[in-house]
Amino acid sequence: MDALLLQFLNGLDKGGAYALIALGLTLVFGTLGVVNFAHGALFMLGAFCAVTFNKILTLEKVVLDPEQKTAWGTPLEIRTPYVEAWLGDFGAFLLNYSVPVSIIVAIPVMLLIGVVMERGLIKYFYKRPHADQILVTFGLAIVIQEIIKHYYGANPIPQAAPEIVSGSADIGAWFGLAGTIVYPWWRLVFFGFSVVVIGAVFAFLQFTTYGMVVRAGMRDSETVGLLGINIQKRFTVVFGLAAVVAGLAGVMYTPILPPDYHMGMDFLVLSFVVVVVGGMGSLPGAVLAGFMLGILQSFASMNEIKSIFPGIDQIIIYLVAVIILLTMPRGLMGREGVMEE
Amino acid sequence: MVANAVLHVADVHKNFGGLRALSDVDLRVDEGETHAIIGPNGAGKSTLLNVCVGRIKPDKGHVVFDGEVLDSHTPYQINQLGVSRVFQTPEIFPDLSLLDNVMIPAFASRDGAFRLRPFRKLRLEGDVRAEAEKNLEDVGLAALKDTEAGSLSRGDKRRLELAMCLIQKPKLLLLDEPTAGMSRHDTNRTVDLLKTIKQRGMTKVIIEHDMHVVFSLADRISVLAQGRIIASGKPEEIKGNPVVQEAYLGGAH
Amino acid sequence: MTKLLDREPVALVVFSAVILLMPLWLTPLGANYPDLLQKFAIFAIFAMGFNILFGLTGYLSFGHAAFLGVGSYAAVWSFKLFTMNVLPAIAFGILFSGVFAFLIGYVSLRRSGIYFSILTLAFAQMCYNLAYSVLTPITNGETGLQLTLQDPRIIDRMFGPAGAGLPSTNFFGLPMSGYPGFYFCAVMLIICFFISRRIFKSPLGLTLLGIKSNQNRMNYTGFNTRPYTQTAFVISGMFAGLAGSLLAVTDPLAGAERMQWTASGEVVLMTILGGAGTLIGPMLGAWLIKYFENIFSAFNDATLEQTFSFLPEPLANAAVAISGLFVGEGWHLTLGVLFMLIVIFLPGGIMEGWRRLVRWIGGGGGGKAKTESAAVAQPAE
Repeated sequence: MDALLLQFLNGLDKGGAYALIALGLTLVFGTLGVVNFAHGALFMLGAFCAVTFNKILTLEKVVLDPEQKTAWGTPLEIRTPYVEAWLGDFGAFLLNYSVPVSIIVAIPVMLLIGVVMERGLIKYFYKRPHADQILVTFGLAIVIQEIIKHYYGANPIPQAAPEIVSGSADIGAWFGLAGTIVYPWWRLVFFGFSVVVIGAVFAFLQFTTYGMVVRAGMRDSETVGLLGINIQKRFTVVFGLAAVVAGLAGVMYTPILPPDYHMGMDFLVLSFVVVVVGGMGSLPGAVLAGFMLGILQSFASMNEIKSIFPGIDQIIIYLVAVIILLTMPRGLMGREGVMEE
Repeated sequence: MVANAVLHVADVHKNFGGLRALSDVDLRVDEGETHAIIGPNGAGKSTLLNVCVGRIKPDKGHVVFDGEVLDSHTPYQINQLGVSRVFQTPEIFPDLSLLDNVMIPAFASRDGAFRLRPFRKLRLEGDVRAEAEKNLEDVGLAALKDTEAGSLSRGDKRRLELAMCLIQKPKLLLLDEPTAGMSRHDTNRTVDLLKTIKQRGMTKVIIEHDMHVVFSLADRISVLAQGRIIASGKPEEIKGNPVVQEAYLGGAH
Repeated sequence: MTKLLDREPVALVVFSAVILLMPLWLTPLGANYPDLLQKFAIFAIFAMGFNILFGLTGYLSFGHAAFLGVGSYAAVWSFKLFTMNVLPAIAFGILFSGVFAFLIGYVSLRRSGIYFSILTLAFAQMCYNLAYSVLTPITNGETGLQLTLQDPRIIDRMFGPAGAGLPSTNFFGLPMSGYPGFYFCAVMLIICFFISRRIFKSPLGLTLLGIKSNQNRMNYTGFNTRPYTQTAFVISGMFAGLAGSLLAVTDPLAGAERMQWTASGEVVLMTILGGAGTLIGPMLGAWLIKYFENIFSAFNDATLEQTFSFLPEPLANAAVAISGLFVGEGWHLTLGVLFMLIVIFLPGGIMEGWRRLVRWIGGGGGGKAKTESAAVAQPAE
């Protein structure tokens, strides 16, 4: 029972990441009709926003103290980050909270990246075949990936969660269970965060006129265009929104998975499976499938299950995808006629 | 009236959600006749054709073609039995040349639903090619045989689709508004073409709005309104039928 | 000229000549070493096979690397269990990948569009992941499947005792490394070209094109499309299996990374880059990508500095810094950029570029035509 609960929790954070990426993917697909293979790269760029922010914060002032000697007899270097030197306690606070604070930086940056990408490239591909879209965005993803690799190296760069949530919570005690279930705080934070972001996206689509147009566009973009609504501008905003959502997921995921240049592709493949399982063009489907697959993956990695079906943890997502696609032709919540030619 | 019914739509019902698209439709099409189905928009005419070609399965009732009950037949099996269809929006192969467009259906009727001969040379299929060229000639598209079909005008696409169906020499040809979107001139040519086919004895079911076309081609007419056949008979009978005039013709004829 | 090339014997002779003379005409491009030539031939087969599925039926498989991997494993097992002769190895490679393709195709072809792509991707990823875990006895996990001194090799043993050291693959005694290896692959490529050409120019090919163009019409025209797509899938899987076994022939080891989705993505890129649906386009795409991979990744800062040494120092430094991004480790960047450019400006790939060029010349290019065609044809090689 305890173990089950723990695995369930373990699945939540991964599921949250899948859901956030899949949400943006399906939003872009549903409104713009574009299959964006560079979406994983946006997730990765978000993560590197956090890395960069942290790098800037940790730029250090090095002072040689001739009074103190190191073991090698050289003067001791005293390193203080500039932010701490200049801003004192607030600087230390910033350093500690660099991951969540970098959200503030990541939102405008990701929005800008999204808008530039849409205006500069994607908009020329609305009317092109899906294969062309896949290929050009795939090429773009490679380009982004290689640029990041060039500047940040190939190794993962770990990021620390704020101290206050760096430990683990004893969840078992909350539910009055005898056994202790230790679960990292940050994963809970991430789960909560993903729920909030998903909620915000749905609220945006549900309650704003912008969102209304977008939802209408997902149903029937031609008619919306005919109504004289400037669909182009809306498209740009939708793409920017998707980029921000993916980027935020990337920022907040850094303490869980140290970012490297190819994390985007790793997540993209799974997210595509998530989107298709959820049903192309269905936002609730994407969220549902994201959490479902994350949790299933986590259950499948239990030793009890692995001893019965060896290797199941490696293939569970794909296996579920195959079963769902064969039994439900359009995924969990897909509409008829989408992407079937 | 004792002639062989090639197509018998027997008591067919079809609902879409709450909407009754077809109810109690009973239709017999005799060998060699041209049977027109007319009726206002949304009367269920296209649904009726969809039921005939197996695209839609009826909720109740059967379609019998040439003595065979088409309950579990897929569209390709129904075609192999001898039913070809011209769609309301032309269904052609837009990326292929006109000649290829017409040759492909010829292979289906010659070789059956699946026949694997990967190494046979297309170049040696002279008979099929000649036949295809002749069929293009018949519909007046011979000059364009190497053009990509997607670049044709809507009227030309319809004529191409007609050629694709005719090369199969179907026992039953279903035509869903074959002259819609055509100029007067092209319409007349198509009517002439359909008249020649009629002389060959091909059975046809035709949905059409253009009364000129209907009355110059049809042997019998059925009137469909709100999913029901409200009248069926010879053109003169239909013309004079007060129920029909009220429901559809509005006394215009 | 084109009329002449339409004739089968002429086409085969010209194609064979071009392939067999590759070591000669690739010399000026610095690509005439056997390793690379073997890759050119092998990946040309892979892409050609993929094109039979994607180019003719329009079904975009994202899991074709699985068949490449299966072909490799089957070939290496043939080397380990039976004989170092390459013929049984490629026979096993083709057979096993064909069986795999039949099963995966049977399930995946129930869906079309992106659903088909995801199904094939899912199967390939399952193969890849299982190769690392449960299937380790067959695949030898991360180390990859290799020849060992303990291998039974029962057929070879019948003819003589095992020699000292690891034996090498051979074609009835002729070792399959270096140029003989290339010529073996080249002959296979020529056979594949012949098969592929026949399919393209058969009623089957036309039928498959019909499925790509309008599957709905095919159904109402009396075709049972599933067996046709299934056939194309199996044939293209067998091509991939042959390519995989040839990889093992030229270098007898097989690793699971060959089955990863990036490898599947690569063959998609090759095909589109060259021109999907054309007979030789995918082969040109494969060559271009493999050429870039080998030549560009071999550049380093030192060679760059040498190249730009004629410039004044600050300019030379800048040039080295910028071009350094694109070569060596960064050749993927070049690939990505090239890819985007092709898709944006030349969606039909190299072959489309060629057609446009021919049309442009035909439309009054005049005397400059010859030099122009030489300049543009170069990247295609």
